[in-house]
Amino acid sequence: MTTTAPVTTGRRAPRDGSPAGPVPGGPRRRPGRLRRTALPYLLLLPALLFELLVHLAPMVIGVVMSFKELTQYFIRDWGAAPWSGLGNYRVSVDFDGPVGEELLRSFFVTVGFTVLSVALCWLIGTAAAVCMQDTFRGRGLLRALFLVPYALPVYAAVITWVFMFQHDNGLVNHVLHDQLGLTDKPSFWLLGDNAFVALLTVSVWKGWPFAFLIVMAGLQNIPKDLYEAAALDGAGTWQQIRRITLPSLSAVNQVLVLVLFLWTFNDFNTPYVLFGKTAPASADLISVHIYQESFATWNFGRGSAMSVLLLLFLLVVTGVYLAVTSRGRRTARA
Amino acid sequence: MAPPRSFLWTRRIVLTLLTAFVLLPVYVMVSSSLKPLADVTGTFRWLPSSLTVRPYIDIWSTVPLAKYFVNSLIVAGAATVCSVVIAIFAAYAVSRYDFRGKRVFTVTVLSTQMFPGILFLLPLFLIYVNIGNATGIALFGSRGGLILTYLTFSLPFSIWMLIGYFDSVPRDLDEAALVDGCGPLKALFRVVVPAAVPGIVAVAVYAFMTAWGEVLFASVMTNDTTRTLAVGLQGYSTLYDVYWNQIMAASLVVSVPVVAGFLLLQRYLVAGLTAGAVK
Repeated sequence: MTTTAPVTTGRRAPRDGSPAGPVPGGPRRRPGRLRRTALPYLLLLPALLFELLVHLAPMVIGVVMSFKELTQYFIRDWGAAPWSGLGNYRVSVDFDGPVGEELLRSFFVTVGFTVLSVALCWLIGTAAAVCMQDTFRGRGLLRALFLVPYALPVYAAVITWVFMFQHDNGLVNHVLHDQLGLTDKPSFWLLGDNAFVALLTVSVWKGWPFAFLIVMAGLQNIPKDLYEAAALDGAGTWQQIRRITLPSLSAVNQVLVLVLFLWTFNDFNTPYVLFGKTAPASADLISVHIYQESFATWNFGRGSAMSVLLLLFLLVVTGVYLAVTSRGRRTARA
Repeated sequence: MAPPRSFLWTRRIVLTLLTAFVLLPVYVMVSSSLKPLADVTGTFRWLPSSLTVRPYIDIWSTVPLAKYFVNSLIVAGAATVCSVVIAIFAAYAVSRYDFRGKRVFTVTVLSTQMFPGILFLLPLFLIYVNIGNATGIALFGSRGGLILTYLTFSLPFSIWMLIGYFDSVPRDLDEAALVDGCGPLKALFRVVVPAAVPGIVAVAVYAFMTAWGEVLFASVMTNDTTRTLAVGLQGYSTLYDVYWNQIMAASLVVSVPVVAGFLLLQRYLVAGLTAGAVK
């Protein structure tokens, strides 16, 4: 590939090599010092302000809301809503009650869906990237092609899948039933248990190119001489893939799997366009479930409590994941 | 040494299957958009019974697609420009300066990726409504509110990627500029930014795609005049008859700008990821 990127190996060198880096703390004993030390903060200010306004402040408010009895009567003046202590949380985790039971079911559906989707996306993306590591005719074209699902706007792509999954006039039933005769009668793909398969298919179709993109970028950082040395030692292509390519990707994979997991777990766009406001039970992902719970019942306090629980879960999973994988990688290297 | 046949065959099979998987919906989208209505209401046909461009004419009148298109362009364009500029400043600070709270900043920014959108949808809605009531700046329902929201969606990833990219621009370059008497900002725009154009392009593509494709906030935070494509496209299916040929034509029309832009610039994205994010 002809990359216009500057020489990437130069990245670490200047920072470690030159002890007189430009500004740790600003050049002392000079006038302008205050301005120099304030500069990085000034540069960060816009990013901080916007992040604060759109991400952090709403999160704090969301947590506050989760302790309130915030129903439609208090939308205009949400400060006036009565406090409900842990009431919203109690309802949400009361797995014998209808609300908690459905939340728990939605949670398990989401976990199962996420694990399968991330595994498939990673597997396909890695396989494709490894297949396309060497140059061959048509490689550039194929790469562009594989990135199309990632580039398409979610709604345009998912609407196309909705059309393909239609009962009467869709492509999937036409192929499986009319042409191959695999099913006795045309199936409903967007209802009942099939909806899970449909959702998984769309999610993998949409998600694997991202894994492909990241793994492909990661592959370019593997030094070529590793392969040359292995070839000299008599290692074949398969062995090179197993011994060099896959182990070299472990750092990339650590972040990639985490990002895929978080995006898939929180995905709202795909199920929302695929099923509309109410998803079938088998494909009732947690984001849509909470959205529905909030807007159908206008009980935003409870919806917030559920979101906070979701965030806590993701925080714990992320923390444990990073701790375990970082240790695993350290021991592997030692 | 040439790879063994087993590898070549595996590669051929994997790549063929993937091509089919990727292309199937694309084929359905393109072919159905050229079919007369009868072809898309009856049993699926691989080939159109006759070709027509009628759907491409009708999409503009069935729903106000042009208006949605303009809204999406304004929102995604403005969000991209703002996000990229803000990310350049932030990434430059992190890449070139040591300061207290640097680590806290990068970790906090990245961890916002973890938040479920649903958690801050409603609070954000309340904040925008309250800002509107207090200051008269209409954020809720306006394009401005959506721009503000979207620019922060792409900001964490953009900053993260640009930090890596700026780190790969040799420091001697901007140090030389500083010695020559440039101010830090001048050094940033005269030296670092030009050297990091591929990374910046990649970030811009990402930011535009993010804003162009978002559904959740667009469905809550827009009204009839500010509706974007993400929501507007659903107008075709709420009609009594579902005009699948028009839906496919409209999907294709709204996809072309982003897909074309993305494919043209994807090599920068790969280069940017290689230099920054995956190291």
